[in-house]
Amino acid sequence: MSDHEGEFDKATGKTTTGHSWDGIKELNTPLPRWWVMTFYLTIVWAIGYWVVYPSWPLVQSYATGVMGYSSRADVAIDLANLEKIRGGKMAALGAAPLAEIEKDPALLALGRARGRVVFGDNCAPCHGTGATGAKGFPNLNDDDWLWGGTLEQIEKTIQFGARSAHAESHEGSMLAFGRDGMLKKPEIETVANYVRSLSGLPTAKGYDANAGQKLFADNCASCHGDAGKGNPDMGAPNLTDNIWLYGADEATVVETITNGRNGVMPAWIGRLDPATIKALTVYVHSLGGGQ
Amino acid sequence: MNKPVAPEEFDYGPLYAAQKKVYPQKVSGRYRNVKWALMAVCLGIYYLLPFVRWNRGPGAPDQAVLVDLPNSRFYFFFIELWPQEVYFFTGLLILAALALFLMNAVGGRVWCGYLCPQTVWTDLFFAVERLIEGDRRERMKKEAEGFTLQRVVELTMKHSIWLLIAWWTGGAWVLYFNDAPTLVRELVTFQAPALAYIWIAILTATTYTLAGWMREQVCLYMCPWPRIQAALTDEWALNVTYKTDRGEQRTSLKKAAELRALGQPAGDCIDCYQCVNVCPVGIDIRNGLQMDCIQCGLCIDACDGVMEKIGRPTRLIGYDTDINIARRKAGKPEIYRIIRPRTVAYVGMIVAVGAVMLYALLNRSLLDINVLHDRNPVAVRLSDGSIRNAYTVRLLNKRGAGRVVTLDVNGPANAAVHVVGMDAVSSGRPEIVLGRDQTTELRVLVTAPAAINSEKSIPLVMRVTDSAHGDMASATDHFVAP
Repeated sequence: MSDHEGEFDKATGKTTTGHSWDGIKELNTPLPRWWVMTFYLTIVWAIGYWVVYPSWPLVQSYATGVMGYSSRADVAIDLANLEKIRGGKMAALGAAPLAEIEKDPALLALGRARGRVVFGDNCAPCHGTGATGAKGFPNLNDDDWLWGGTLEQIEKTIQFGARSAHAESHEGSMLAFGRDGMLKKPEIETVANYVRSLSGLPTAKGYDANAGQKLFADNCASCHGDAGKGNPDMGAPNLTDNIWLYGADEATVVETITNGRNGVMPAWIGRLDPATIKALTVYVHSLGGGQ
Repeated sequence: MNKPVAPEEFDYGPLYAAQKKVYPQKVSGRYRNVKWALMAVCLGIYYLLPFVRWNRGPGAPDQAVLVDLPNSRFYFFFIELWPQEVYFFTGLLILAALALFLMNAVGGRVWCGYLCPQTVWTDLFFAVERLIEGDRRERMKKEAEGFTLQRVVELTMKHSIWLLIAWWTGGAWVLYFNDAPTLVRELVTFQAPALAYIWIAILTATTYTLAGWMREQVCLYMCPWPRIQAALTDEWALNVTYKTDRGEQRTSLKKAAELRALGQPAGDCIDCYQCVNVCPVGIDIRNGLQMDCIQCGLCIDACDGVMEKIGRPTRLIGYDTDINIARRKAGKPEIYRIIRPRTVAYVGMIVAVGAVMLYALLNRSLLDINVLHDRNPVAVRLSDGSIRNAYTVRLLNKRGAGRVVTLDVNGPANAAVHVVGMDAVSSGRPEIVLGRDQTTELRVLVTAPAAINSEKSIPLVMRVTDSAHGDMASATDHFVAP
């Protein structure tokens, strides 16, 4: 303290620190000792922290601390606990018959919550985050279903996929009528116009409706049905509604008939556990299009 | 100019100041009695309130005041608050701040002196200390003498009782967060959750440290109120004041009597230091209003006692204002003005905030609906060309009983409404069962025919009605086309 350049201040009876600003001198008002002790204690505490917890970066790694604490390990424990908490509920979901799940508010909430997350992780890349689909990837919010929209049908589609490698996968293919030489180009244009007319879309001038109907009956009705209503067993879409997976304009329909369309949905059984597939089924069904 | 001073000529003073120990002396009188009474009321409420019961019907907690953290509910007698109603607590904090300002405008730091928990518990700890170690002189003497067997016994007793009070304080705290009788039983049998013991330990430690050891240091160094208060006070506020006009010049009792016998003026203060000895923060009130003063009025009691003994009028120290000191010196009558713009403004604000809160409380709905329109996709076109919008609807049933509500949707013409998972219908409207005191999330699908005007969004109102209780709630949203 003797290095202070301070002086005695008569007015207050205190010494100054020797610091002066514009002629105003700072009084030496000492801190209370307990305050200083508390400050030192925080320093000691900090050093203790360095010893106990990971802190200092080293060249290759870092000082791990004597506790071996790691926030990553904490997360793993939290996740394990979460799994434990969920376990019972997911088991209940897995055990419940599909038809019962939507009637039980708690199971429905769980199925939708779990399904939404799993959907985001696994299905969104093709079907979109809101399940709105894209060209060639069905919109799951609407009521048009290639392979059927009941709970059981949705579950089956998720489990085994469509045209996937799984043995129980949905099978059914749209033939390439043009590429494989089954129909000629004018015939394809005619049947394309006929198909568009099924859902009330305008047709090209001078197109022969009778020829179109005959061509349809000969080539398409076996899968799409006589009236073009489709067949969920074969994944044949309904051609009379307003929903078109690849587009409804004439060029697209011609392209579809010429080269065929055979979109693939992978099988999820084995990759997702049965309860999760159930949750996904309930989620997709509850999006609104479920039958 | 600064003259250079040789270092040996003055003392630089200590770099760090040791705490000046305060030995408050026992005192009795009016303000001391007020303090005892308020202490009894405050501590009585704090310790016993968790045990007050309140019947809310079956399945609901029957504790009058309960902070139910796991279920995010707060119960206060007939009031039950949900997390989204925390603005009531904001309102309470605003009221508390305004009340503090008002108290300050009327009576200075009366809060500090009489009601602050730090004061109340410190006062209680002082009482224990005095009971065991004796009064001021005795304590100072014992402390100077060092350790004897008797002193060790006394100190052990004192700290044990302090810790017991502190422990009880922490114990009462946790009772506000759980059913009190159950928790007491669990605590005694060591079945209570670890968190309860941890909180008791924390509050025991803080109470013991703050009320037993830190005492006035909390007010001086830790509390922001003295600083704020200094900016809020004005010349009309009643503060504990030493009336210099009466007290000065200070003389001895004998000298004052001689002066008066000669017909000469003499101050009433006989410099007996009673006001300093009883002060819990260890100040001399005769130095005028100062930041350290918590205005507990004990110096008033002490001084009154002395004045009575020496046959002089009491209230040499009393609640007074600087204005009156000046006026008495000038020979003018004293004036007190409690009703003045500042206090009127504070009262007005308190009444306004209180009225708003009361209105909000009385008009809070026991049934609420929140509607969130699906964003992805905003609308879906179905195979027959009709348009469907989906909504996430959250219903809040704040009634302490389950009930059935019906959902009405008023939006696009001829729209069909479907609630996922709900088949029950009452006169064409979906019927929803709500559990007591909980929220329910629904997925509501509204489908409008293809013919609707899809150019613009159509306003849509969802309304839930509980006809049995006459409750209704509605929310507005929109119906849009793809």
